[in-house]
Amino acid sequence: MFKLRSTILKDIRILTRDRLGLIFMFVMPIVLAVVITAVQNSTFEMLNTNTVPMLLCNKDTGDAGKQLESAITKVGMFDLKQVTPNATDKEISNRMHAKDAVIAIIIPADFTKKIKQKSNETAARALKNFGMQTDSIKTEAGGIQPITLLYHPVLQESFRRSIQGALRSALQVVQNKEVLKSLYFSLNEKPMPDSLEKELMGEQVAIHEIPVSRDGSRNIPNASQHNVPAWTVFAMFFIVISLGGSVVREKLNGSFVRLKTLPTNYLVALVSKQLTYLFVTFVQAAVVFSIGSWLFPSMGLPKLNLPADITGVLIVTLICGWCAVSYAIMIGVFAKTQEQANGIGAVSIVLMAAVGGLLVPSFAMPQSFQFVMKLSPLHWCLEAYYGLFLEGGKLKDVILNILPLLGITFVIQLITLYGLKRKNLI
Amino acid sequence: MSHAAVRINNLGFTYPRQPAPCFSNLSLEVLQGERFGLFGPNGAGKTTLMNCMTGLLQFQQGSIQLLGHEIAHHKKSINKLFGFVPQEFSFYQELSPAENLAFFGAWSGLQKQEIKYKTTELLEVLGLADVQNKKVQEFSGGMKRRVNLAIGVIHNPRILFLDEPTVGVDVHSRHAIVNYLKKLNDGGTTLIYTSHQLSEAEGLCNIVALIDDGKIIAHDTLNQLLIDHKEDGLEGLFINLTGKSFRDS
Repeated sequence: MFKLRSTILKDIRILTRDRLGLIFMFVMPIVLAVVITAVQNSTFEMLNTNTVPMLLCNKDTGDAGKQLESAITKVGMFDLKQVTPNATDKEISNRMHAKDAVIAIIIPADFTKKIKQKSNETAARALKNFGMQTDSIKTEAGGIQPITLLYHPVLQESFRRSIQGALRSALQVVQNKEVLKSLYFSLNEKPMPDSLEKELMGEQVAIHEIPVSRDGSRNIPNASQHNVPAWTVFAMFFIVISLGGSVVREKLNGSFVRLKTLPTNYLVALVSKQLTYLFVTFVQAAVVFSIGSWLFPSMGLPKLNLPADITGVLIVTLICGWCAVSYAIMIGVFAKTQEQANGIGAVSIVLMAAVGGLLVPSFAMPQSFQFVMKLSPLHWCLEAYYGLFLEGGKLKDVILNILPLLGITFVIQLITLYGLKRKNLI
Repeated sequence: MSHAAVRINNLGFTYPRQPAPCFSNLSLEVLQGERFGLFGPNGAGKTTLMNCMTGLLQFQQGSIQLLGHEIAHHKKSINKLFGFVPQEFSFYQELSPAENLAFFGAWSGLQKQEIKYKTTELLEVLGLADVQNKKVQEFSGGMKRRVNLAIGVIHNPRILFLDEPTVGVDVHSRHAIVNYLKKLNDGGTTLIYTSHQLSEAEGLCNIVALIDDGKIIAHDTLNQLLIDHKEDGLEGLFINLTGKSFRDS
């Protein structure tokens, strides 16, 4: 026990004197959690509370163009900036390059005319299907000239699709209104009253969003709930830079040679490193979770709500940390130089994070990656944390995530022991 | 009860992926209390032999006994009997001498009080008491050599293996190290020493062996070897027995 205590003391001393390593271990996860949460939160807010600057060039002089303008405004997602109808495409794109707006919409000159023709045609077809005849509507061939949507190339596809969806819904409102008006006129030989139009078009069925949580709570998960656990896991595994490097340094600087000639098994050193760095991963998690919980609100970021099952969080953190530490030691045992340990360690963690669902949600992974994903320990760590932080689950609810993680950890430990045995270190 | 500190019988060792053996049927005996010097040109096998004796290399043939204990059978328990001062600085440069001694003392099987006592004594004797809490990475080469030695002897080993313990140090550090080694030997510790500092070795060693090409080509007291080969110093003896050609080209 005295040997282990002395070894832990030695490891703590070396660790606390490695300033760069400490920065990597503690500052990096904080920066990652803050930056990624802030970025995701601002994207979320842009779509939900803030507005996207949009140039609108309405070349149409009819009421459908105005209705479309009004429908787009009602979407609430855009900050409309009017462009004179005679503005050329070049002028519009110049304004976009000047970052005046990231999207622009051009309503064609005959938009009202074509919408009305199309609506009359649809109404006539509908009446014909009902067995009614009307000669007041003449159908005319020819489609509606499309609305042009110009977008800045910096706009990501997912974001562009959200905008397109919003525009389609605005366009649908205008088209439906015209079809209704046309039908009403065909049936009643008089224009549809405004009150009826408002009644028909204004009442949209609301969508009630309910997160499916295990504890029955209906708290809507925010960007912090998603990001803080994810980047904490990433930071825990990034301990490979410090710990893997420390194992390699020990191998290369000659102290290993001396340790091999002393009457103590190297396993004591391994246990010491695991305990010391396990403590580090615990502190990492505690620091990041505390910042998420107490500091984020004062930074204008959503608060990280800690799960009710704190014991569950502690146990999941312990097992994730153990896996991360085991992985780092394995890299250190097999790497021949510190550069190798840092390079292989960092790249492998980023890859395991990518396939593990930290960078792209796991449900969005292609089928072919589903198996690979299950081999990534980061995936199981993340799933276990999400079970607690997002689903409001308890330890028993994430046990199926913990077991594979323990399995992977044991395999890593066995590989490490094999490496040490092969190198005649134990 | 054997009086041999080290007994090597028919040792055979070949490095992996090397066609020629480093040693074949090498035998050697070092008696307890000797100040034994092992000398030879670069690549002669000095460090390899020392690594076999300390268990760092696993030999394929023959046997090595330390104080009557077969090293192949005892592994870790036998490590209490000897100390090793490798050629490289084998300690943690981020730690102070006192912290290094505390750690390596524990790994050598000492208890807290023993470590405290030995640390104070060694730091004093080796002139490191004033810098005991400074990080070793800030030390000069000579000071680092003294730390390297202190760690190797903290557990009062009965045999001390020294692989070039004074390489690259100034006169004062060398003097301190050699004097301390003699003092240790007076206390009963057998010294097994390799070095290229032949003048230093003349003052330290009473028994000398010359190794070349994996074979012991001479082994006797230094005086007897000088008489036998009509030389007046170790350097002349060395050139006489190993030739003048370069061995590391």
